[in-house]
Parts: sequence; C-alpha cells; structure tokens
Amino acid sequence: MNFDDTPQEAEFRTTARAWINANAPKQYEEELRKSSLGRTVLKNADILQVAKAWQKKKADAGWACLHWPKEYGGRGASPIERVIWSQEEGPFGQLSRMFIIGHGMCGPTMMAFAREEHKRTYLPPLASGEKVWCQLFSEPAGGSDVAGLRTRAEKDGDEWVVNGQKIWTSGAHYSDYGILLTRTDPTVPKHKGLTMFFLDMKSPGVEVRPIKQASGASDFNEVYFTNVRIPDHQRLGEVGDGWNVSLTTLMNERSAIGAAVSTGFPELFEYCSSLMLDDGPAIDDRAVRSKLANWAVKASGLKYTSMRAISALSKGERPGPENSIGKLVAGSMIQDVATYALDLQGASGVVSGEDGELAGRFQAMLLRAPGTRVEGGTDEIMRNIIAERVLGLPGDIRVDKDVPFNKIPTKGRG
Amino acid sequence: MNFDFSDDQKQLRDQARKFLSEKCPPKAVRVVLDGKAPYDKELWKGLAEMGFLGVAIPEEFGGAGAGHLELCVIAEEMGRANAPVPFSSTVYLAAEALLIAGSDAQKKKWLPAIAAGEAIGTLALFEGKGNPSPKNVKLTAANGVLNGVKKPVADGAIADFAVVAARTGSSGRESDISLFLVDLKAGGVEVKSLTNLDPTRGQAELTFKDAKAEPLGAAGEGWSILTQVLDRAAVLCAFEQVGGADRALEMGRDYALDRIAFGRQIGSFQAVKHMLADMYVSATLARSNSYYGAWALSTNAAELPEAAAAARISATQAFQHCAKNNIQVHGGMGFTWEFDCHMYYRRANAMALGLGSLSYWEDQLIDRMRKKNAA
Repeated sequence: MNFDDTPQEAEFRTTARAWINANAPKQYEEELRKSSLGRTVLKNADILQVAKAWQKKKADAGWACLHWPKEYGGRGASPIERVIWSQEEGPFGQLSRMFIIGHGMCGPTMMAFAREEHKRTYLPPLASGEKVWCQLFSEPAGGSDVAGLRTRAEKDGDEWVVNGQKIWTSGAHYSDYGILLTRTDPTVPKHKGLTMFFLDMKSPGVEVRPIKQASGASDFNEVYFTNVRIPDHQRLGEVGDGWNVSLTTLMNERSAIGAAVSTGFPELFEYCSSLMLDDGPAIDDRAVRSKLANWAVKASGLKYTSMRAISALSKGERPGPENSIGKLVAGSMIQDVATYALDLQGASGVVSGEDGELAGRFQAMLLRAPGTRVEGGTDEIMRNIIAERVLGLPGDIRVDKDVPFNKIPTKGRG
Repeated sequence: MNFDFSDDQKQLRDQARKFLSEKCPPKAVRVVLDGKAPYDKELWKGLAEMGFLGVAIPEEFGGAGAGHLELCVIAEEMGRANAPVPFSSTVYLAAEALLIAGSDAQKKKWLPAIAAGEAIGTLALFEGKGNPSPKNVKLTAANGVLNGVKKPVADGAIADFAVVAARTGSSGRESDISLFLVDLKAGGVEVKSLTNLDPTRGQAELTFKDAKAEPLGAAGEGWSILTQVLDRAAVLCAFEQVGGADRALEMGRDYALDRIAFGRQIGSFQAVKHMLADMYVSATLARSNSYYGAWALSTNAAELPEAAAAARISATQAFQHCAKNNIQVHGGMGFTWEFDCHMYYRRANAMALGLGSLSYWEDQLIDRMRKKNAA
C-alpha cells in the first residue's frame, strides 16, 4: 500500500508538470483556485475566450482529450495518465468546465456511433475547443425519466424534421453542435421509439433561451426546435435504438474518475479556524468541532474512495462501483455545510454578495446547492443506481414499460 | 499509486474469511451470547494455529513477523464474523503496548504466549464514566504495587495480564501517568464480571489491592504511549467495524431480496432501497478512511494520529448505521433474539465506546487537524 507513482507514471507527471508550468495562463491561477463551487468567473477577462485559448494550446502540444485516439485529436493516453494530468493541471482544469459535456459525453458517443468521415471532421475541433458541443436530452416532461421525452423527429426524404423543446442544456448558448435524443415512433413503448442525432446548433429553427435559475444565475438553457431539418447521415445509431446510444453517453458521464468533487469542507474548516464567536474562536467550540469532524470524515472518505479507484486504473483494472457515491455525498453535504456556515454568522448570515461575510461565499454556495442535488441524476436516482447496480436490488416496477408511448398518461391530476 | 492491499494480503483475507465461516458461524457466537462460555476457546486456539494472533508480532517473539496491513485484513474478518474472542484486547491493545514500550524481557515473556494463544491480555484504562484523559486516572502506583479500581475493562474477567494506566504524579500534566504490567493471576486483583451491551465480549471491574506491578515503559511516559496504542487500536478496530458494517449491509440486502410483502420483494420499494444505498455509502466512506489509516499505521507516518481518528469516527458511524438499519429492513423479525441482527447491533454499539466515545474522537480529530495546519 503506497501513494507512489510507478516509474512510468512519475515520468509522465514530470513531463506534464513541466509543460503546464511553462504554458498555463498563470495570471488567472488565483481566481481559478477560488472558484471551486460550480461557477467559474474571471473579473477582467472573458472566461470563454481564456478557456478556448488554453484548450487550443493544449491541443497543439498534444495535451487535449488525453484518452482519445490521436487521429481524433487526443493523445492515446492511459486512464491513469489522464488522472495524473488532471492532478497536475489543478486550478487550470477549471477552464475545461465548458468542454466537459463535449469531451466527456458527446465525443465518446460520436466515436462509438458516427460515420468515420464525421469523426475525422468533427472530433479534432471538439478536442481543441475550437468547437463547443452540448447534450440535448432532458425535457420538461422527461428529467429523471429521460425516456419520457416528447421532442419529435419525422422522416422527410433524406432528412428528419424536428419539433419540440429541450431543457437544462448546459452551454447551449455558446455551443456549435449538439447531440439530440428524439422520439421517432410514439406508437411503441417509450424506450423503443427513440433515435439519436447530432446537429449544428446554428441550424434554422433552433432557438436558445437562458433559464434564470433559483440561484439567480444562468448556466443552463431551454432549446426550442421548430421544423429543424437534420440530414439522415447525422443520425447516431439505428432508428429506434436511441436509448442504447444514450446509455453510452451517460456511462461516459460517470467515468470522470479522479475529478475533485466540491464538498465545501475545506472552506468551512478555514472559516471556523479564524471565526470568533461570543465565547471565543469557533474552532474551540464543542458543537462546532463535532460538526466539523463529521464533515471531515465524509470529505476524507470521498478523497480516499477516489484514490482507490485511481489505484485500480493504475493497475490496469476497472474501478469498482464505490465511486458512484461521490455526487450523492458531496451534493447534500455542500448544502448542509453552507447552511451551517450561515448559522455561525447569526442574523448577518442573511447578507449575501459583496456586502456579506467572505463576499457572500457561503450564501452563494447555499443558493447553488439545490442544483447540485438534481443535476446529472438526482439524489434519488443516484440511490436507485447504487441499490440496483451495486447491491443488486430489483429495479422499480415500471407501469409504462409495455404501454405504447402515446397511451401513457401525461397529467397527474385532472 | 497502489492504495490497496496486495494480492498476498487479499489472499490472507480470503483465508481468514474461510476459516471464520467454518469455525465461527452465528451459532458459535450464540454459545457465548447465551452465557454458556465466557469466550470461544476452540476458536481462540484455532486462531493461534492459523498464526492470526501473532501476525504482526516479530518472529523473534514468536509471531509471524508480517505487519499491520496483514493484521488489518484479519481484523476485518473478525468483525464480519462477530467473533466472540478477546482479539482486540489482546492483539490491538496489550500486544501493541508491549511492542511500543515493552522491555526485551517483557516482550519475551508475553508476546510468544499471545501468539500461541496461551495468554490473553487487555488494557485497564477507564475508571467509570468518562473518556480517555489523564485526569480520569485515579488508580495509584507506589512501591511496585497498584491500588484502585478499573472499569470497564474489556475481557478483564478472562485476561491473564493487563496493561494498567496509573497515577504516579500530581502535577496536573500528562507526565503524571505511567503504565504498568500486571499478572492478573498473581493475586492482589479482584475480578467482577459486568453485564454489558454485547455479551459476546465480556466487560469486567478489576479492583487492585496492593497488586504487584512492573513498569511498562519509562515513568511519566504512560500517556504518550497510551495515545500511540489507542491510535493503532483505532485503525485496527475500524477494520473490525468495516467488516461488521459490510456483513450487516449484506444481511439487510439479502433479506430485502427474499422477503415478499404487498406482492413484491421489499427490496423493490424505494424506501427500502434508499435505506440500503445509504448504508452502502457509509460503509464505503468508512472503508476508504480505514485504508488511509492502514497506510499510516503500516508506514508509521506522521499522519497516523489524524488518520486514526478519521478512521475511528467513520467506521464507528458506518457500523452503527448499518447495524441499526439492518434491523429496520428485517422489520419485526429483526427484533427477535432468534435472528442474528441484534448481535451486530450490540457489537456496533459496544465498539463505538470501547476506545473512547465518538465525541472524544471528534474532538481529537479536530485537534490533530489544527496541529497539522499549524505545522
């Protein structure tokens, strides 16, 4: 048992570190280091431009999409090298945030299902960040139940005509392309009538509208489709096989091992170490210490769970299922941590933004937290996944499984 | 990076699991639970023959000379099997105290006997309510004899010798405390068994009346040695707790698959699934924290105090959580004496207190994290 690199890993780390030291945009390092809570903002620069420049620089030197084959713009690196790179990239990895969906989900789906000429055309500029991709799955009628989606695609000659609405699309407003899951046959049960495409987001009939979130910020969009035409050669997988194609996409979503999850704990520990309460320093207070200790072991438990997965990668093994707990634990923890930090501030905890304690850091965390417990699989869906895939418990009884999609009720009451 | 046990260590774990599933099935645990024996003597003998009692004891003192990682994987299996033997008292507390502070003669006298299953040892620290603290040690040592009362002492009624914390000064500092070795069969010690939450592991009150004692380690070093012993034991107990938590989770999972209610497996209800998923989360966090503790213990790293406290808290919580919800999944049957669920519930809650309670370790963890940050 040790935390040491193998000689090959150490060599790779040295090379990566040297290149990052020589090339990373150091002027933003401090700002990036502080923006660990779901939003990356630079005060005096356009984050999109800075991110694209860094990504292009990496791609030109062979440091983009490390795990992709070289012919598609990657490095053909091993999973453990990818982890080492992300450790070394550190805060600059925040700049990859807007490419996560494209690199983590759209790219692998294209690689598995697109025609070869499309792969050679579309994947390299996706890897280099010159083109940004989004994923168009969720709908107002299909969130956790993605297969309940209603956006229609109808065949018209060599093209498909798409009408409908998507929601919660990250980055749609700056995306060039997207992968799109549609319903092509509403007369068969819901999982069987879906088909996947990729499309140009500048196509006529695509309209992107930002969602104003409960936190007040806008990171997501609604995307409307009105008679949008997609050529059939942009279909990914067979007609009616969209569900299986989407599983490839979603499996890749969960393969981001070694990615640090924010728990809010380091911020809270630091805060409590300097905060003075009526009776003295917060960190000397019995109740505060008990709370901190409980969160400390969750944060360290997540860290070392991730280390176990990385070790499996290092040995060339597939990581076990234990990594599936990360988002579930971190999501509710960050919400509890933020709530407690405000509790320690007393009545003044209500003041947010620049006027608030630590420029409203914990207030912002509190307002963002509900989203982390929903996005990318709600806490309840994550528990179902653990129960079914890890513990082997039965799936839910699905009352709509054998019902044609157009016969499934659409309203709860009235 | 290889943050995992080696193939040999995993093989040892499998070997221990196989041995314990044969020699320590629930009905063997019940013999002790029902008060028909103070501990499972046959199992104790078998553990010695397998080399498990002395796995971390150097060969020159009759052990296998492996290491603490090997002891961790065996501990996990002892917890999984709910083994009714004085393993933690003897191996984690008494043997570790001897390894840290014992003279050559003391090691030669006791360690081979421990490895051979011929001597049971324990630590006599507590004196009634309260957590580990120098000020709670009132038992006195003077002129080579001890006077005072220790309780509860784990496995105290069956132990052959004890490591005893005694007061040798009155300055109000840690250096007031020294450790002593007492042969409990040599007279001067009255032993009274105490009823306790977990009858598969005895607790006793030991009254020392001019009991002969020899110093263990230097005078005034007692508290410092004790802190090291407790840290090591915290990691090793965490593995027992992780093993117990996993077993309780499996029992709940199996029952949820077998039991039909409302015309379906109860494991198909989200209320039950989610409870089990949360148990898995606790058990996984505990396992990962314990692995870190094992690394720190086996390398004697500067991180050990912090890692031990984190493992202790996480594993205590996980075992308690899994044991109590295992009963909940079982419903009414889980609350019968006949079902095994309560054995894990008892063990989980007894183990949560044995080395000092959660609130004590929470306090320790924060202290140790602050020290690290200050350094």
